[in-house]
Amino acid sequence: MSFAEELNKYNWEEVTSSIYSKTARDVERALGKRKPDPEDFKALVSPASSPYLEQMAAMSKGITQKRFGKTVQMYIPLYLSNKCDNHCVYCGFNRKNDFPRTVLDENQILKEAEVIKSYGFEHLLLVTGESPRKCGMEYFRRAFELLRPHFSLISIEVQPLETEEYRELISMGLHTVYIYQETYNRKRYGLYHPAGKKSDFSYRLETPDRLGKAGIYKTGIGFLIGLEDWRTEAFFTALHLKYLEKTYWKTKYSISFPRLRPHAGSFSPSHPVTDRELLQLITAYRILDEEVELSLSVRESRKFRDNAFQLGITSISAGSKTQPGGYSSAEGSLKQFEEHDDRSPVEFAGVIRSKGYEPVWKDWDYSLQ
Amino acid sequence: MQPLKIADKTFNSRLFTGTGKFSSSEMMEKALLASGSELVTVALKRVDAGSEDDEILSHLKYPHINLLPNTSGVRTAREAIFAAELSREALQTNWLKLEIHPDPRYLLPDPEETLRATEELAKLGFIVLPYVHADPVLCKKLEEAGAAAVMPLGSPIGSNMGLETRRFIEIIVEQSNVPVVVDAGIGRPSHAAEAMELGVDAVLVNTAIAVADDPVAIADAFRHAVIAGRMAFESGMPGVSRQAIASSPLTGFLDE
Repeated sequence: MSFAEELNKYNWEEVTSSIYSKTARDVERALGKRKPDPEDFKALVSPASSPYLEQMAAMSKGITQKRFGKTVQMYIPLYLSNKCDNHCVYCGFNRKNDFPRTVLDENQILKEAEVIKSYGFEHLLLVTGESPRKCGMEYFRRAFELLRPHFSLISIEVQPLETEEYRELISMGLHTVYIYQETYNRKRYGLYHPAGKKSDFSYRLETPDRLGKAGIYKTGIGFLIGLEDWRTEAFFTALHLKYLEKTYWKTKYSISFPRLRPHAGSFSPSHPVTDRELLQLITAYRILDEEVELSLSVRESRKFRDNAFQLGITSISAGSKTQPGGYSSAEGSLKQFEEHDDRSPVEFAGVIRSKGYEPVWKDWDYSLQ
Repeated sequence: MQPLKIADKTFNSRLFTGTGKFSSSEMMEKALLASGSELVTVALKRVDAGSEDDEILSHLKYPHINLLPNTSGVRTAREAIFAAELSREALQTNWLKLEIHPDPRYLLPDPEETLRATEELAKLGFIVLPYVHADPVLCKKLEEAGAAAVMPLGSPIGSNMGLETRRFIEIIVEQSNVPVVVDAGIGRPSHAAEAMELGVDAVLVNTAIAVADDPVAIADAFRHAVIAGRMAFESGMPGVSRQAIASSPLTGFLDE
């Protein structure tokens, strides 16, 4: 049993048209329920809920404060490598982009870690492109050995791995894995991922199943905002979340909002999403699910981040550099995407405090694993 | 109303009943027929399974009535497994309501022994329906151990107090991948309807029917209540409406 079987029960076009046929009454009904179900969620992400955004924001804020308090978790990515075998048409690391590639060596990793630590971070997210020969298990093992003593929580956003490999990394200190499906539209997935291992839709889709079986502490899911109709993607993401919560009930879950940003190459999203719609999406997830972590990156603007983090977001990055070596060296390597909010972690933490929230730098300890 | 599937059986009634505490076997038979129940639990300790004309069993010989032997009286997993083997042989069914209560006063179930017995019995091919506290974590563990359904209590057995454990039942319903049957504590048809509205898959009612002045009439009332509650759940009831908010203090920044 995996989520692939669950997904096969649905037809993309039917779900889309069902979302677009939701009415104001459906939205009101969904908002009145203590526990909205996936059908209610369709109403919350439908065009009909647009006039209810203020109400949804208020609910989302209230639910989030009740569960998480007036706090927000701080995280930062450390890009270890921009080498990639995939041809994802929307990504700066696309193999076809003709740029010199970098894989950080041990010295460079420690240098980056030092800068990140000096900002105050205790939680670290390791990111790579997908290039198992240069950045496979051997490389990850070494990276964990190097970084484990310096951080209280390590998460990864790398190529999908096997259950046994996850199990091994968990024993070495891995806490969270972020793995985004990019699109839940099986038919169109191939257009965006024409070559490389990532072109296998099902293998990627079943990664959170493998993580659950391996006993991971937290799994982050999401779709790439802008590829396909966000409303339909959101429904399938919600379905995925509910399936995972029910099946691998000891794992925590997180949803991220990677909205397509300018990058090397020439892809422009065919379904761009406005700030208003992104906020609708954030608040809809929160109303659906009190417990899920909602995570926002520096892809978003200052204005959006400063306001939205109080309306449902529980985890936020700051000061991120999306190229390997970006923290400790001024030389530019290839970036995954252009950072929209370039304020330093200290500066952004100040913004959080000024709004009456506490930035949380440490919320886990390796000794608990 | 959708039929309910547990393991290999499909039920058109979501009201399960019991056979204890009736004033006579004849009364029991009439009440159970009025309830429409298709799954009836029988205490192994009370039946003489070897005998063709057992006082209880002889009144339950209807094609729509399935027997659910229960292990009431056992105090440990070991005793429960022994009772289950006996039951399978004597009653020709591998269905089992697993009840392990070492406490003779409130008859509260022992979670550790129940989990252990469920694991063993599932391996031995039994269709196990464990009677447990309304403990969501325990219910997930039982599911993983192979339980065919879980039977959390609404309040202490025989108390007729209703859904004292309502908040936890809600969590169990939300999380469970196997049917949830509320067992114990349902004292009135309104309690049964309330449980069904929450989305539980079935309820088991015994005392409230058996000791009523008119067991046949109340069995019929329970039948209606369970159907009403289930239909309400399936209809997707509206929630409480909230006041709309006119100004936009939180989302005004989007227009700046």
